[in-house]
Amino acid sequence: MRKPLLIENAHIINSMPYHDHIGAILVEDGRVSEIVKGAPPGAPDGAERIDAKGLIASPGLIDMRVFTGEPGLDYRETLESASLAAAAGGVTTIVVMPDTNPVIDDPALVDFVARRAAATAKVRVLPAAAITRGVEGREITEFGLLREAGAVCLTDGRRSIQDSGVLKAAMTYAYNFDMPIVHLPCDASLAAGGQMNAGSFSSFLGLKGIPIEAETIPLDRDMQLALATGVRYHAAPVSTARSIDVLERYRRDGSVTSAGVSINNLCLNQTDIGAYRTYYKLNPPLRTEDDRRALIAGIKSGLIDTIHSDHDPQDSEVKRQPFADAATGAIGLETLLASALRLFHSDDLDIMVLLETMTTRPAQILGLETGSLKKGAPADICLFDVDYPWIVEEAQLRSRSTNTAFENARMTGKVMMTIVGGEIVFKETGRW
Amino acid sequence: MAQRTPDASETGAGTATAFPAFAHRHMLGIAGLNPVEIDALLNRAEAMIPISRQRRTLPNLAGKTQINLFFENSTRTQASFEIAGKRLGATVMNMAMRTSSVAKGETLVDTAATLNAMQPDVIVVRHGSSGAVSLLSQKVECAVINAGDGTHEHPTQALLDALTIRRHLGRLNGMTVAICGDIANSRVARSNLVLLRTMLARTRVIAPRTLLPPGIGDMVDEVYTDMREGLEGVDVIMMLRLQHERSAGKLIASPREYFRFYGLDAEKLRYANPNALVMHPGPMNRGVEIDPAIADGPQSVITEQVEMGVAVRMAVLDALLSKTDAADA
Repeated sequence: MRKPLLIENAHIINSMPYHDHIGAILVEDGRVSEIVKGAPPGAPDGAERIDAKGLIASPGLIDMRVFTGEPGLDYRETLESASLAAAAGGVTTIVVMPDTNPVIDDPALVDFVARRAAATAKVRVLPAAAITRGVEGREITEFGLLREAGAVCLTDGRRSIQDSGVLKAAMTYAYNFDMPIVHLPCDASLAAGGQMNAGSFSSFLGLKGIPIEAETIPLDRDMQLALATGVRYHAAPVSTARSIDVLERYRRDGSVTSAGVSINNLCLNQTDIGAYRTYYKLNPPLRTEDDRRALIAGIKSGLIDTIHSDHDPQDSEVKRQPFADAATGAIGLETLLASALRLFHSDDLDIMVLLETMTTRPAQILGLETGSLKKGAPADICLFDVDYPWIVEEAQLRSRSTNTAFENARMTGKVMMTIVGGEIVFKETGRW
Repeated sequence: MAQRTPDASETGAGTATAFPAFAHRHMLGIAGLNPVEIDALLNRAEAMIPISRQRRTLPNLAGKTQINLFFENSTRTQASFEIAGKRLGATVMNMAMRTSSVAKGETLVDTAATLNAMQPDVIVVRHGSSGAVSLLSQKVECAVINAGDGTHEHPTQALLDALTIRRHLGRLNGMTVAICGDIANSRVARSNLVLLRTMLARTRVIAPRTLLPPGIGDMVDEVYTDMREGLEGVDVIMMLRLQHERSAGKLIASPREYFRFYGLDAEKLRYANPNALVMHPGPMNRGVEIDPAIADGPQSVITEQVEMGVAVRMAVLDALLSKTDAADA
């Protein structure tokens, strides 16, 4: 049996039930057994007392979009190394994408990922299963069996389904099994050959652009089909101001869909690419500052529900290439909370709203019992110092790949401890 | 054909032998060069013309090694750089990368490290990807010259075009230059637009909308889709090569329609100023973007562009590598 934990003097922040006060959290048998305001209750025998003075205690983060290299490309990232990065970033649950090698499109493979994770990972790993076989966008997979095997949602990961007939069938079938569909809206023919946001900057660099309508057209289609089928649909990631307009239109129509955005699109814009810096080659691409502002406004207005890291480990071999030839993607698990806190420190977003997008909302969308600090819930907790200054150094990152879009970035706010199911999985050694 | 313009040895102009030291380690693009630097390079090139015409060799790069690293085929640019290097006394080596280790999967960064270990003094690079030359320059200790990267820049082409214009019209400042054709996929257009705007020329592009890149309005003074309107009153017409792969049902419907609306012929040429220069970076598709009669006509300076290419490349090599500040004209 695990030792009870008593977290004292923490600033507890949780949206449902509402907590925004100094208090204590008692953890027993891996679950929250008590949350109190002010002075701690008497600690049970043998409890480990954690003095969280000056720290915020929030639910552990849930990252809905994480790529690893396992199975297939273990040298880029394993479930274990991803989980270490997650733990250091305050992320207690990662949803791992199915476009690995092989693609997770079969119940046995979902089971494999779940078992590997249980054996090696420090945080909760929830497998997402492919919507279509081989993520090829043609034949749908066995949604019912995949769900039974432990798949938490359906997605084709980096791929976007082009055939509307296939997508509609998938949505209808997913509704039947009450499985959420998470889908990247991207029109392959409009985005063909594209390397970055289309505009005068891409033209100046001589790189082919990805126009915004490559996102808004399939997003609009997806929303119509979601409305028609009633499926729980999560559009992610979205990246443009015009996508917010599309979401708003359907939200008015009473759609129960949701949408997610990558932390990269909230903290960076296309000018970060500078002189062909490939760590900023992302999908969806970094857009303009106006788009970034619109995405932040979308979070404020509730049109965007979740923020994810889009953690995508790529080795230097495929990143140290001319921009057009370089791989797409950046890691982000370890920096997710710290970079998100930039939006708090810049007064763009309230801390409660910010944390909801990475805790409560993903849990609701995926139907998880984690994501909130409440009596009886699994004790997945993140303790962080919201004002702690630090610099992201490649060499310090726990990921097997170092393709961070925040290299040498100055951060304000750092995770000091991460608890998963009542077990401490990360401690910032300087603090404790 | 336009008359050959006189060189410094004939006019006595521009024979000053001292040039300001070039403040850049590499020549990666026109972007980042200021008007004074561009002028100085053109002056240096001017002084190279008589050397080239008299088939003389300077000692400026004696003992230096120049590697021409071409990932894309380009007979004329490679030859031009080779001759330029040899006229300055450099040892020139050509590497056609399409047939070498790249085919075996070696990355650009590996190639750079390998070549760097051979201690060259300058590497002239052409690559199909925008930014590739800049990436390579970060991995070597010698000077790097961009001989064309993807659809990004081709700085020596812009310099040789500028030199040609300056020799015929006396200056760049205030001249109206129209660049016509496949702007979206042209590094020549980008380098020229940057250079011409830096030198305060008035710039226009003329092309069907499908061949204009997004945000072109930020890169040029005026955008035209009608050739006649666009050529009205221009001093210089730069035609661009239409790549064959784009000429069938993708971005334009057919070469014949293209020639009808965007090919430079005598009728359209009449809209430009009477002695407007006709330029083309080559190789030409006669009958697609330009009427052969115009390409070989009195306003054409196309072969002179090729000649200026050698002078400009000598000047760039000299500026980057020569320890002496003199071109010893």
